[in-house]
Amino acid sequence: MSAMNRKLIQAMAETISKKVEHFNKTETECLIRKYNVLLREQADPGRAAHGLERGRFRGILHNIFGMTDDMIMDGVFRAFDKDNDGFVSVEEWIEGLSVFLRGTLDEKIKYCFHVYDLNGDKFIAREEMFHMLKNSLIRQPTEEDPDEGIKDLVDITFKKMDYDHDGRLSFEDFERAVKEENLLLEAFGTCLPDSTSIEMFEQHVFLEQLEQ
Amino acid sequence: MGVSLTRAAQWTTATSGSGKLESTPMNEFLLKKILCFVEQFTSQHPQEAEHVFEEPLQWSTTLVASDFQTGYDVSDWAVQSCEKDSEGQPLLQLSPPNVYVRSFGQLSKLVHMADERKLEEVRTCLEENRDPIAEILGSSFATKLDRDEVCLDVLSLKDEVKEEGSAADSSDVKVKLFAVLQNMDKQILSQILGEISEQVRLDATAVKNEVELLKQFCSGGEKKVLKSLRYTSDFEFPNGCRAPPWRQVLGEICYLVIEPCDTETLYITSSTAGVFLNEGRKQEGDESGYERISDIYKDLMTLLKSRSPHFADNINKQVFVVQEPLTIQRIPHVELVDGEEQGQLQKSYEQQKKNVLEKPKQQHTSNKAGAEKKYEPCLRWRNLGLLSKCGAENTKPSQSSGEKKKRLRPGAKSKIRGEFTVSSSPRCLSSQKMKTSAGAVHVEFFSESSTESEEEEEQPERRPESNTDLPSEYWQIQKLVKYLKGGDQTATVLTLCAMMDFNLMQETCQLAIRDVGGLEVLINLLDTDEVKCKIGSLKILRKISHNMQIRWTIVDMGGLQSIVRILDSPVKDLKALAAETIANVARFRRARRTVRQHGGIKKLVKLLDCVPNLADPSTNLEKNVEVARCGALALWSCSRSTKNKEAIRKAGGIPLLGRLLKSPHENMLIPVVGTLQECASEENYRTAIHTEGMVKDLVKNLSSNNDELQMHCASAIFKCAEDKQTRDLVRKYKGLQPLVSLLGKAGNKYLLAAATGAIWKCSISLENVTTFQEYKALEILVRLLTDQPEEVLVNVVGALGEFAQIPTNKATIRKCGGIKPLVNLLTGTNQALLVNVTKAVGACATDKDSMTIIDQLDGVRLLWSLLKNPSEDVQSSAAWALCPCIENAKDAGEMVCSLVGGLELIVNLLKSTNNEVLASICAAIAKIAKDKENLAVLTDHGVVPLLAELTNTTDDRLRRHLAEAIGHCCVWGSNRASFGEAGAVAPLVYYLKSKDSSVHQSTAMTLYQLSKEPNNCITMQEKGVVKPLIHIMGSDIEVLQEAAAGCVRDIRLLALANKKACLFI
Repeated sequence: MSAMNRKLIQAMAETISKKVEHFNKTETECLIRKYNVLLREQADPGRAAHGLERGRFRGILHNIFGMTDDMIMDGVFRAFDKDNDGFVSVEEWIEGLSVFLRGTLDEKIKYCFHVYDLNGDKFIAREEMFHMLKNSLIRQPTEEDPDEGIKDLVDITFKKMDYDHDGRLSFEDFERAVKEENLLLEAFGTCLPDSTSIEMFEQHVFLEQLEQ
Repeated sequence: MGVSLTRAAQWTTATSGSGKLESTPMNEFLLKKILCFVEQFTSQHPQEAEHVFEEPLQWSTTLVASDFQTGYDVSDWAVQSCEKDSEGQPLLQLSPPNVYVRSFGQLSKLVHMADERKLEEVRTCLEENRDPIAEILGSSFATKLDRDEVCLDVLSLKDEVKEEGSAADSSDVKVKLFAVLQNMDKQILSQILGEISEQVRLDATAVKNEVELLKQFCSGGEKKVLKSLRYTSDFEFPNGCRAPPWRQVLGEICYLVIEPCDTETLYITSSTAGVFLNEGRKQEGDESGYERISDIYKDLMTLLKSRSPHFADNINKQVFVVQEPLTIQRIPHVELVDGEEQGQLQKSYEQQKKNVLEKPKQQHTSNKAGAEKKYEPCLRWRNLGLLSKCGAENTKPSQSSGEKKKRLRPGAKSKIRGEFTVSSSPRCLSSQKMKTSAGAVHVEFFSESSTESEEEEEQPERRPESNTDLPSEYWQIQKLVKYLKGGDQTATVLTLCAMMDFNLMQETCQLAIRDVGGLEVLINLLDTDEVKCKIGSLKILRKISHNMQIRWTIVDMGGLQSIVRILDSPVKDLKALAAETIANVARFRRARRTVRQHGGIKKLVKLLDCVPNLADPSTNLEKNVEVARCGALALWSCSRSTKNKEAIRKAGGIPLLGRLLKSPHENMLIPVVGTLQECASEENYRTAIHTEGMVKDLVKNLSSNNDELQMHCASAIFKCAEDKQTRDLVRKYKGLQPLVSLLGKAGNKYLLAAATGAIWKCSISLENVTTFQEYKALEILVRLLTDQPEEVLVNVVGALGEFAQIPTNKATIRKCGGIKPLVNLLTGTNQALLVNVTKAVGACATDKDSMTIIDQLDGVRLLWSLLKNPSEDVQSSAAWALCPCIENAKDAGEMVCSLVGGLELIVNLLKSTNNEVLASICAAIAKIAKDKENLAVLTDHGVVPLLAELTNTTDDRLRRHLAEAIGHCCVWGSNRASFGEAGAVAPLVYYLKSKDSSVHQSTAMTLYQLSKEPNNCITMQEKGVVKPLIHIMGSDIEVLQEAAAGCVRDIRLLALANKKACLFI
């Protein structure tokens, strides 16, 4: 890597790390490098890359953080891709990871709500919830309506989380429920990495790259 | 008759010669039945009665010729019946001592003639004719009767007999007779069966539990009730038995050697029928040692109680609850519920899934249990069917009989196959075991006995009778559990959260979760990798485990192991939750044992280590503290078992607890101090508590605002203050004042009991008493003498006894009006209380004015009657208390005289085996004997030989008081000479070699008294008394000098007189 490039990265790290809470400058630098590596792997030789595109990003979520649910992964992409341009830029990458890896509870609540709000209308509607939970129960061949269990589960969840009884989950509803019972943070699907994969990823990015 | 004899009768298991019928109630019953049958035979079956036996029944009878009357040819000593068979042989023949009988008619006549001895006759007859059927009907019949009781019908037999070609008419009778016998056999069996099933059947686990329990009584210093207890063999078969296989066949489980404190060593056999003494096997291969030499007792406890009076007296004092072996109603119950569920839900998919899930788990546990055992028996033993024996109904090794049955009755296939596979192949065995494992394993574990006072006992289940009564929660929970079973991680977490919204502290919900199979699922979740599921599951478990039945079920399902395993998790939330759940579950003994056996104690102790990590400050500290708190809570629950206390210590828990004791948080301190006070019952904890400097913190927390914390601190000090250093430390850290101020909280009885206990123990140091006086503790204590529960009273009175060691305090007690309530307490029954009360009254009696009051209140009579108390501690402390009473009472002689039978009672107590009782009684006798008339009565009651008998003791305390008693008793009549004749002088001389100077003093005085009898002088001189006496003359004490010199003078005078006499002759 050229000295020029290195300087560029350092400058970029300098600016980004000021905006992001949970990474220091060196860590930011490492993450930028990681981003560049990922970008290079993805980029077609002919085309300049704007950032990580959806497919590539999902690949990362799947391979590094073990996520499997397409809908959730799309949600995670949406949460990362703040400007909605279909690419995760380097800043979005680092800001996203800051919550993804080291977020506080409040940050995570916001993030998760964003992931679960499939249509981006700031509410989780009954249909959205049904959509997210539809594969979570093993279907009984004997049941007349195979979706009955899911519907019931959605009802139960609404009873628990919809404090204002308006038939949809607002951010306030969600926040209050999670504050009351932390287990509800990832209520509708795993969208945060578990501690071991966080540890592995950080070790991989921060330590191994420093050694290079 | 055949079957009932071989199966039901209990034969002694002699290895050589003919067996004897044991005199057990069951045999007695059996004999009576047979006797009755024989007696009525002639009247009921006249035709069969004439049937001539194949072989005569022959036995040695107690009947003699003169017993036989009409119908017999009596010649000298031999007798023949007039009744003859077809060949002219008499049907009864007596040639003493043997009698030969050849028909039932004669048998029943004989029985009538034997009259009172008839039972004895029947017994001998059966003993000497082990197979009466064979002799009566011929061996071919006998085997048939034996082989198959019910299913062969008599008619087919008749055909067979005819085919065999024997005389047709006689065979008809024979068959009828056979049927009659068979009928009787069946009747007896069915009656006996009732008896058998009522009999105690011990199994290996019950025996093991009892042994474990008794082992705990082998320790504990003076309070121990047994010297030692051990198995003869360390090897344990997988079925829990320790007896060698060829003895197991006889139902024997293990052999024990128990040394009681007061009698010779007992060799004990535990068998399925009960426990009994054996002869003690001297060497390997000596089979005779197995022989039973005592009655059969239902358990070890009963046997020991009857053999060792010391054990019987003391075992009652141990605070413990023996739980009856608990039956396993629960497991079938769960299954039953499943059945109901199936009815309602159709045979649903998840039902099957659950079963599938469960089976491997059970297999897993049973395999693991097998792997933990070090020893495995060889296959041959397995094949013998020994493994299935324990707990199984039939006590016979089942292979042969199983096979036979199978051949005979192919119809009853399924049942036999079970039996057959057990004995045929070890693999099948394990598979069958798997099927029954839930049941069998639990039965074993449930028969648990326990020593802890706060033990919970199984209660009958309260459940809704029918489905219509079920509350709506039940159905909602059932639905949730359904989703729990069929959901992925997300659905599971959602469902768990929904479940948390129920009121999980409510029994309906708790039991609903269990009854719909939710508990299994929750426990299964603990073994997954999903942290969130585990957290959710534990959050529910920690709540519902407040319910006792849930706790039992969790342990039964092996859930506790999983919870213990979670303690290793890196996730702190999980660790804390797991520890909290353990704190709830480990409320009963088996659970605590499970925690220990799975290394839980070590893990819990590790949780206590929450020192703020310097590298990672503040962020996780709070969580660390929470983890440590939960760890302490769990240890608190676990520390109720003695072995766990030891395990906590070994795991290095004491310094960690000491560190947490400095925590500022009450909710941390309560479990920590709770654990410490629980453990302070152990000597090495008490030492550690003061060496680790915990006393200071305990004292500090006495002044906390939390009653519970104060209580535990006071209780810890109560236990630790047995130790002088601790008492001094409490004073040093100014703990005495807060203790006194705790006395103001009279509303909280537990707190009051702990505080008064601490004051009692602290007041053993006189310096502390002085300090206590500054805070007017005594006045407050005296006020507490009325209207308090016994727990408080014991401590208050104990404290008063210690306070009264200082003379001014006696006056204070009197002035505060403490004497009256104290004397009133003498009428109580609580032994611990009585010991303390007598001590306190005794201490007060040393004060003349107090003594007057005691006398007025008839306190001496009350004390005296306590000598009749069964507890030796009460006896001795009452006797000690009597000493100052007699000494200080006005007209003591008259007072003693007025107690009818009192002196006799005292003299009889000299037969006690307890040295402390003896010493106290001797001291009392020394005081009583100061009154001449009473001494005369004592002498009449034979006090002299009893005292003389005791002189050989080596106990210095007893020696001192004994010598004093003898000295005082010398004064009357010819007692001096009597003591000499009874051989009391020589041992007394040896007392002078004792190291205890108080023994010297009383002995010297006594010797002086005895030396007034010339014969005693001779004995003394022979035993070399002069030299030590001259030594004693050099003592500083004047009385002692005088006594020694006086004694030497008497000896000298005798020698001189002797010389003079010689001269004159």
